[in-house]
Amino acid sequence: MRVQDLSVHFKLREGGLLSAKTHTIKAVDGVSFDLDAGETLGIVGESGCGKSTLARALLALIKPRRGRVLWLGEDLNKLDEEDLRKKRQDMQIVFQDPLAALNPRMTVRNIIAEPLWTFFPKIARVQVDERVRGVMKMVGLLPNQVNRYPHEFSAGQCQRIGIARALVLNPKLVVCDEPVSALDVSIQAQIVNLLKDLQKKQNLSLVFIAHDLSVVKHISDRVMVMYLGRAMELADREHLYRRPLHPYTSALIKAVPVPDPKLARAAGDTGLTGDMPSPLDPPAGCVFHSRCPYLIKRCQLEVPALRRLESGDWVACHRAEELDLTIGKSG
Amino acid sequence: MALLEVKDLDVGFDTPEGRVHAVNHLNFSLKAGETLALVGESGSGKTQTVMAILGLLAENGHVSGQALLKGKDLLQMNTPELNQLRGSEIAMIFQDPMTSLNPYLRIDKQMIEVVVHHRGLKKAEAMAKAVEMLRSVHIPDPERIIRQYPHELSGGMRQKVMVAMGLLSEPALLIADEPTAALDVTVQVQVTHLMGALREKSNAAIILISHDLGIVAGLCDRVLVMYAGEAVECGSVDQIYYDPKHPYTQGLLNSVPRLDQPDDKGMQAIPGNPPNLLALPGGCKFRDRCPKAFDACIEKPPMQLDEDRHAFRCFLGAPS
Repeated sequence: MRVQDLSVHFKLREGGLLSAKTHTIKAVDGVSFDLDAGETLGIVGESGCGKSTLARALLALIKPRRGRVLWLGEDLNKLDEEDLRKKRQDMQIVFQDPLAALNPRMTVRNIIAEPLWTFFPKIARVQVDERVRGVMKMVGLLPNQVNRYPHEFSAGQCQRIGIARALVLNPKLVVCDEPVSALDVSIQAQIVNLLKDLQKKQNLSLVFIAHDLSVVKHISDRVMVMYLGRAMELADREHLYRRPLHPYTSALIKAVPVPDPKLARAAGDTGLTGDMPSPLDPPAGCVFHSRCPYLIKRCQLEVPALRRLESGDWVACHRAEELDLTIGKSG
Repeated sequence: MALLEVKDLDVGFDTPEGRVHAVNHLNFSLKAGETLALVGESGSGKTQTVMAILGLLAENGHVSGQALLKGKDLLQMNTPELNQLRGSEIAMIFQDPMTSLNPYLRIDKQMIEVVVHHRGLKKAEAMAKAVEMLRSVHIPDPERIIRQYPHELSGGMRQKVMVAMGLLSEPALLIADEPTAALDVTVQVQVTHLMGALREKSNAAIILISHDLGIVAGLCDRVLVMYAGEAVECGSVDQIYYDPKHPYTQGLLNSVPRLDQPDDKGMQAIPGNPPNLLALPGGCKFRDRCPKAFDACIEKPPMQLDEDRHAFRCFLGAPS
């Protein structure tokens, strides 16, 4: 998959219904990346940074304002409805809230089988049953639970059902939108390890979206950090966690709590103050400048482009070369 | 003397499927100025414990035991008596800042209501105090913010307003139920630091509820780990983090994804799922998920106490 300069904007009317004044929210603004077969790309950012919108745009569930999503060379947004529908077999999504994403009135069997019926209306019952049992085993559910309803399962198990439904068509790409953030910490690792496993076995491409960097580390090959709709950094996992290039990435890494009382008491602040600005009124220049501890004049005037460094990593920061944000170093 | 002493607390709920035992024979105590964390997976009874103490259980809830605040039993009080305490002696910060502020009322109205009612302050005094408190939780431009409605604020701001509101009445006991769970990581750090700093200043005792041992580490003095409605381990933060005795505590610690350690082991989960409270196993309730379970675990292990007040409910780790 290749994503080029993808932008999704929402129009918002200000004032009453009859008011002609509109605001534009740039939910995703000029995002580009490539995703190889079998690769996992982690996308990280705080709420409102546009990561869920990006996920939906990748699957052509939202029309972009600008830019292209190329799937095996074909522009998804140029396909007619029927062709797009066929392509969707290869692309699936797993949602954040496992219970809300499952129809409470359907049995597990019907939930998992629904994509099969959608794409192969004439499929034989035996085949459906066989396939459903197969994926249930694959995601660690007991096949004898097919006739149960979602409420009979725990949150972690519900997420497994959601994953089974995504895998039943043998997709090539699965987009996971915060698949573990609604789960207990003790259960999160189960799901992450399951996805990692399945990816290896099926040679899946994964887009794994999360709001914190700690979970993403264990599953991603590369990580993209987003802020207010823009990509701040896109780097190899090893590089990013050892020496982040963007001050925002470094702050996100420092914000991950350490389960060690002595280290935690000694830990300083992230250096960030305040909240993310409103996406309705993003700062001029670099969108991060209002919270950045390394602000210089240029950041307020000039939007830094996402550029490629020698290491092959991408960053959108004017000062990327001069700053040394190596983790573990003070300051 | 302990500020709060909970003795033999039991909480149950009547449901169409039978009585659910949410909390069983829980004992703990809290000194003034001390911060205690209640830790465990969802359904372990953390929230119901504090709801019972505050008299906020749902209608089908039953409670027994004692919860002594400065020697007076909260569980024996009637609603007017409790109302007198809630908001003055005890304050609560709820999990979700979106739903625990009244969307129809401006921040100022919601904040000063508490102090006007409980401390008999004049409106103008209360207003000044509220603005001061907002400033101390690092809300920029508090004079303007206080005149806004909750929906005009971001999630982080709303949670800071909740913290400010909780501290406004200078409570002896502050209960915070997952105060940072709904927040972004960078804001999470801010709120956690804030609570730490304010504790120093006010000497309030804090009960912090969390399922994430990462967040608890920097803020708390003692930790009570709960599983399926029972205390399974209780000790100082250092005991719990550096010398966890119960396999469940060990599992919780291992499951926190860490950036400060090499990840060759991958992420470690606790296998299985939190137990169904309607069908709890006999003996040790954790044994189905416990990597160290052995024959003896069919019996229920007693709470053991070592010489340093480090308590745990497991046959392993006992002094031999």
